[in-house]
Amino acid sequence: MQSTTTSEQAASAGGRSGPPDPVGPPPRRSSGRAWEWTLAALLLLPNLALLVVFTYRPLLDNIRLSFTDWNISAPVANPIGVANYVEWFGRADTRTVLGNTLVFTVATVGISMALGLALALLLDQRLRGRNLVRSVVFAPFVISGAAIGLAFQFVFDPQFGLVRDLLVRVGLGTPNFYQDSGWALFMVTFTYIWKNLGYTFVIYLAALQGRRADLDEAAEIDGASPWRHFRKVLLPQLRPTTFFLSITVLLSSVQVFDIINVMTRGGPVGNGTTTLVYQVYQETFLNQRAGYGATVATVMFLILLLVTVVQVRIMDKGQQT
Amino acid sequence: MIGRKEVAHGAEAASHRSPAMTVAGYVGMVLVVLLVAVPLFWIVITSLKERQDIYVRPAQWLPAPGTTDNYADVTTRIPFFDYFRNSLVITISLATIKIVLGVISAYALALLRFPGRGLVFLVVIAALMVPNQITVISNYALVAQLGWRNTFQGIIVPLAGVAFGTFLMRNQFLGLPSEIIEAARLDGAGPLKLLWRVALPMSWPTVVAFALITVVNEWNEYLWPFLMSDDSRTAPLPVGLTLLQNNDGVTNWGPVMAATVLAMLPVLVLFLVLQRQMIKGLTAGAVKS
Repeated sequence: MQSTTTSEQAASAGGRSGPPDPVGPPPRRSSGRAWEWTLAALLLLPNLALLVVFTYRPLLDNIRLSFTDWNISAPVANPIGVANYVEWFGRADTRTVLGNTLVFTVATVGISMALGLALALLLDQRLRGRNLVRSVVFAPFVISGAAIGLAFQFVFDPQFGLVRDLLVRVGLGTPNFYQDSGWALFMVTFTYIWKNLGYTFVIYLAALQGRRADLDEAAEIDGASPWRHFRKVLLPQLRPTTFFLSITVLLSSVQVFDIINVMTRGGPVGNGTTTLVYQVYQETFLNQRAGYGATVATVMFLILLLVTVVQVRIMDKGQQT
Repeated sequence: MIGRKEVAHGAEAASHRSPAMTVAGYVGMVLVVLLVAVPLFWIVITSLKERQDIYVRPAQWLPAPGTTDNYADVTTRIPFFDYFRNSLVITISLATIKIVLGVISAYALALLRFPGRGLVFLVVIAALMVPNQITVISNYALVAQLGWRNTFQGIIVPLAGVAFGTFLMRNQFLGLPSEIIEAARLDGAGPLKLLWRVALPMSWPTVVAFALITVVNEWNEYLWPFLMSDDSRTAPLPVGLTLLQNNDGVTNWGPVMAATVLAMLPVLVLFLVLQRQMIKGLTAGAVKS
């Protein structure tokens, strides 16, 4: 669809960018360049301006703020060098928060991808009622995280909740999901997976449905076992999807705020379920330490960047072999 | 139902499957339906229980007889309809802005020729990789300076940039048959006519998918509205739920569950009616990359 125009040719026609002529026939090739550029600029400018002002500017500004003692409301922010970073490395809660983030992220990404793939394989089979089940699996993904968090707070209520009721009926006791840090982290992790499983499921299912039928047939003729078929035929074909999901699911999982804010507020006992993202909110808006909050946000961003680079590396390596 | 046309899918080995595998398949299906449906059922029956029936052990699984008191309570005691209206205002405004901006940016990136196009596309796409939390502190400062806290523009404007939708629509426009585009150009269709008369009419399914995903996302938007608004003049439903939870101190679960059900209902209905289109948008972005 692209003509043979190269950017050099386009550049040689540059310099003229008068306002577009609103009436009359479409301009001819040479003057058409300027017309087209102006139009492209007009169409792109609003969106680019919004992204620059509200995404890229604050990204840089956040790094600047991380070297200050700003308190979110004062008119001035005093530069204090790397003091915030020194504090971050030395603080006792840093390890807990990093640990919570790691456990929550690894569990949500790992389990929702494995379970999503398993469900996609299951519901790709010719089973009666599979369309209904597909809808059921996907439905929670469209519900607000705040609503689900609130609802699941009562599902996990240690006094009168659903989980307690089921556990008692089979003769077990209930853990105290509100008071015990480990179980509270389990509760938010479970809730997050329950809500988001539909996403990995739907993406894997679409990928499965686009797979090559001839490879399946070849495997069948060879008499490959189902497990071997999965390992040698399906998994390699799903590789790009797995890569895509590992990045997108990780990004959204690390950023979870609504479920934690509604269910535990980062507690119990101080920081039982506080993740990096939740700490950014706590320090900035509750403790009025925006400088320190910006520091945690910057550290989080650097970690995410590093992880993404590693993921891309692994993917590249896998494709070469 | 998510029933899609099965393409290139000859090897669905239904006939070769052993009976044991089939049984295992149905068991798996039942288990996963229970996993999703039981909590939802629990929420709904709790919202229909009298107060004293909620706090009993063992729990009553069939509330007899149901009451709608909790719904009456939650819609009169808190400004539920204000939150609902705010959600509508925010969702409709943001969806409209995002769809227009997404379509025109994607059109420029896909069908117009100008220097630096690749770079501009990269700038748009890279925004997807920037986590919200790294931008909120500075954006909060900016918006507070403008005096936009507790205003609709304070909630809407910072969220209005479009990265994912631009990506989705650009792929769609690039996938249009080039003969048709060239023919329209040769017929003397100007760029705007090309967009409105040729590219868009062939792209409605993708626009609908993009619109649905945007509506659901904005309806559920939480962090930014939560920071921006703290009363019923501008707070959308998810933030309203948080305020309700705070106000009640020791949580009174009946009305809270009723409010939760009411907040879930609109998107669930939308989803049930239009799920095929919605899923198309999500998977189109994933499978092509």
